[in-house]
Amino acid sequence: MTRRLRGDVSLHLAVAVRSFRRYSTYTAATAAGIFTNSVFGVINALVLIAVWKENPDAGGYDVRDAVTYAWLCQAMIMTIALWGGGSPQDLGQRIRTGDVAMDFYRPVGILGWYLAADVGRCIFHLVSRGVVPTLVGAVLFDLRYPAGPGVWVAFFVSVFLALLVSFGIRFVVSMTAFWILDDAGAAILATALALFFSGLTVPLVLFPGWFGDLARALPWAAYIQAPADLWLGKHHGWGVVGTLGLQALWAALLLAGCALLLRVAERKVVVQGG
Amino acid sequence: MGEALLRYGQITAMWARASRAYPASFWMLMTGSFVITSIDFVAVIILFANIDNLGGFDFHEVAFLYGSSGIAIAVADLFVGQVERLGQLIRLGRLDQMMVRPVPLLVQVCAEEFPMRRLGRLTQAILVFAWACTYVEWSPERAFVATQMVLSGCAIFVSLFVALACIQFWTTESAEVANAFTYGGNAVTSYPLTIFPNEVVKALTFVVPIAFVNWYPGLYVLGREDATGYPVWALWLSPVVAALLVGLTALVWRTGVRQYRSTGS
Repeated sequence: MTRRLRGDVSLHLAVAVRSFRRYSTYTAATAAGIFTNSVFGVINALVLIAVWKENPDAGGYDVRDAVTYAWLCQAMIMTIALWGGGSPQDLGQRIRTGDVAMDFYRPVGILGWYLAADVGRCIFHLVSRGVVPTLVGAVLFDLRYPAGPGVWVAFFVSVFLALLVSFGIRFVVSMTAFWILDDAGAAILATALALFFSGLTVPLVLFPGWFGDLARALPWAAYIQAPADLWLGKHHGWGVVGTLGLQALWAALLLAGCALLLRVAERKVVVQGG
Repeated sequence: MGEALLRYGQITAMWARASRAYPASFWMLMTGSFVITSIDFVAVIILFANIDNLGGFDFHEVAFLYGSSGIAIAVADLFVGQVERLGQLIRLGRLDQMMVRPVPLLVQVCAEEFPMRRLGRLTQAILVFAWACTYVEWSPERAFVATQMVLSGCAIFVSLFVALACIQFWTTESAEVANAFTYGGNAVTSYPLTIFPNEVVKALTFVVPIAFVNWYPGLYVLGREDATGYPVWALWLSPVVAALLVGLTALVWRTGVRQYRSTGS
């Protein structure tokens, strides 16, 4: 049993490492992306500075929190593939072409395989398009940094949970291709929801009243708002546990949903001529 | 030029017919494009739920800037946005095929797989702009400046899309750099430029003249001529800037095509 477990771990590790290498091949594209993230970081930070100049404690943030938030947004976009993409997109392609039948053959679970690939991608994008734009932001603006090692740990756990939630949603979206032949419509709807309810276009703390409470309970709040609030030290003690707990709950629900949908889909796949 | 436009019209009409072959998918994508762009405006609404004015401009004025910039980029994105895929066409060898056809290369690149769904984005921008226009105190001069603002804005973004895509003649991977200027330019001009530091506004005026998309003419239309230190006639310069950019872009495109040596493998 332990041998099997060790085999599983090393297999998924190998998948993640190869996925990391796959994305790291495109140096020029990565540099171009870092440049674009940095430009948008500057633009959004300046817009938020103007907003907080008018209302210095909007949403319980001060201007330094808001500027930091703008840069954390840019860092998270590719890390969690906020616009869509990553390994679930490959799955969608394989469902449309029918290659997914091969994935069902393999003596490895589909969900774990694709998750490992997305983790590899995530780590590459975190190091490149997450860290580098943040450094640019740190040079150009006065940012707030995590207060201590405990906050750093909570932040990175939160980033990992954000990836799991985002992966779960992207995976479900790709799987719609099993039932409707073109998943482009579902993908665009998912992107719209993610852009808005993650707080990328406008921080969730500025959402008014009950609408803000609703937005903070939805899975997309796990994308940026949760890790950003931990980074900024907005939560203490049980607040940290609660934030991570809500993220973990959404991650667990979504991944369980993915596993369930896969089982239903498996019975649906018919190999042409077979 | 007439010939080029005719061919462009023929090819896009063909792709428009093709995209309507799957009506459900077409309407879903078009609605999606509308919704995604609307999110930006909902963001502006939420910002104004927290503040009364942004950089000295009220909600209607910001909506005017947002709408005019939105129309300019939506038109450019619809008609020449496909030029962003130049690197992909080069990698797949499709550009070489296009070069031997008797239709101008730029026309083919922009018209290929014409994305009708982007009408969703344009519709959203027009709606916001039209609504914001109802708050403007119109005069014949202002109507004239507003018209030339919209036309020049479209021409400026068209130029930026094409000129920046030419980078891909040299490095096919770096398509995303262009986004910083096109979509970044759209983001910047959706807000009053008074919120940006002076150096940034200078750069947007003299280096990459994105401020002429809507800021300077917009100030005239909104009756806020005093918001910059420039004389009033400077606010009317958008068509001149647009014409210069179009000329420069034609030059860059030609240079790119001349030195293009195919991919080799």
